[in-house]
Amino acid sequence: MEKHNIQRDEAHRDIHIRGLFKSFGDNHVLRGVDLDVYKGENVVVLGRSGTGKSVLIKIISGLLKPDAGTVNVLGQDVDKLDNFSLRELRLKIGFSFQNSALYDSMTVRENLEFPLVRNKKNLKRRQVVEAVRTVLEGVGLLQTIDQMPSELSGGQKKRIGIARTLILQPEIMLYDEPTAGLDPITCIEINNLINTVQERYHTSSIIITHDLTCAKATGDRVAMLLDGQFLRQGSFEEVFSTPDERIESFYNYNFIQ
Amino acid sequence: MSLNQAEPRKYFISKGIDQFFTDIYLTFRFVMRFFKELVKPPYEFQEIIRQCYYIGFKSLSLITLTGFITGLVFTKQSRPSLAEFGATSWLPSLVTIAIIKALAPLVTALIAAGRVGSNIGAELGSMKVTEQIDAMEVSAINPFKFLVVSRVVATTLMIPVLMAYTGFIGLLGSYLDVHANELTSFATFFEKAFEKISFLDIWSSIAKAVTYGFTIGVVGCYKGYNASQGTEGVGRAANSSVVLSMFLIFIEEVLIVQITNWIRVF
Repeated sequence: MEKHNIQRDEAHRDIHIRGLFKSFGDNHVLRGVDLDVYKGENVVVLGRSGTGKSVLIKIISGLLKPDAGTVNVLGQDVDKLDNFSLRELRLKIGFSFQNSALYDSMTVRENLEFPLVRNKKNLKRRQVVEAVRTVLEGVGLLQTIDQMPSELSGGQKKRIGIARTLILQPEIMLYDEPTAGLDPITCIEINNLINTVQERYHTSSIIITHDLTCAKATGDRVAMLLDGQFLRQGSFEEVFSTPDERIESFYNYNFIQ
Repeated sequence: MSLNQAEPRKYFISKGIDQFFTDIYLTFRFVMRFFKELVKPPYEFQEIIRQCYYIGFKSLSLITLTGFITGLVFTKQSRPSLAEFGATSWLPSLVTIAIIKALAPLVTALIAAGRVGSNIGAELGSMKVTEQIDAMEVSAINPFKFLVVSRVVATTLMIPVLMAYTGFIGLLGSYLDVHANELTSFATFFEKAFEKISFLDIWSSIAKAVTYGFTIGVVGCYKGYNASQGTEGVGRAANSSVVLSMFLIFIEEVLIVQITNWIRVF
């Protein structure tokens, strides 16, 4: 069942990908990927490790260039943008990295202030402090404000990483393996946080994961990536109600093993 | 796009030779990008000052010790040879020529390559493999400008300052030894010390220090910025920063000495 009321038409389309190819040497990672993400929608991209899930969101954010195909984000073709326009677009995209990627020489406060003060130079000091406190309260970690990343647990790092992206108030959120390496309870907390972010900030999101619990808890739509292409797309139940052995074994591995 | 278009990659000569020329091309592009980002606003003054502090001030204790011992030992080892000819009064000018022309720039650069170059390589390498550089990029921050330009500018500015300091400390070490043995006064020592030093010698040393500083910064940043393959890659970046910096410093030393000699002749 769909968690949010999504209007799936061209006017509400935030991400539009057609015929996306990407290879690294002889390794053809993406082989003609098509995907649409609509306003306020959480799309989960499922797949085994090394199937190109992270590559997909790195192309969307302009970190990697595609070999072929079009990637249109918020009405702009990402691979055709100059540096200035790409920078402007990136202000509207939040990227939560698999290993959180917190700047380890900075405190939590500095990690959050860094993107804000550098991109919104007209903000007063009081507004910056207020913004940092607000996002930290939002992820429930205000008490860690003066700690170093090395002093945080894995789950806390993930939440601070998400908070750092939220401080720029993005329209699109890209989550790379948000629950990888976390215990089940922390996974549930992260899943809830992803849903809270969607409700509070009205973001459209792509959630890259191989964790089916995360997919079920957060996804309005699930897309199964296999051999560089989306094998099935739809609700969680639709995707897994198939006799296809590859999808069945993926499901069984997650829920039985 | 048909997958048949992506044929297995062929090498022009061999994997190693292709890689060598590719590395030269990529380094050239890296340096060109540095100059492009250097002149383009906004300027990272705050980060440059922070890096100058780390590179300059934090190296002082090591530089002080090395410079002092270099001056002292060089003086002690030169004395017996000069004493044979009764020419120990030449010690100040001999030591000064050696320190100003060669030892101060070279010792400073080698110490900095070990301490600063490895630090930059490891720091940026670690940031690269833990996706911190990507995180800056997706936060609409230019990581090249913030991380690379600031560090290269800081090493280029601070190595000449450290070199001047090494020279002074080295001469101080030399003076203490000369004073202890020949009872030469401070004023006489420094008057004799700079008798044989020309402006060309000083400018040549400054040119050396600027070149070495730039080299240490660029090599450290290039190796760190392009690190891959996890923690092993970080170690490799730190190590190769030091090795390549030292190798280039020796080549530059030979070239600058040769160019200075040509200028001296003309």
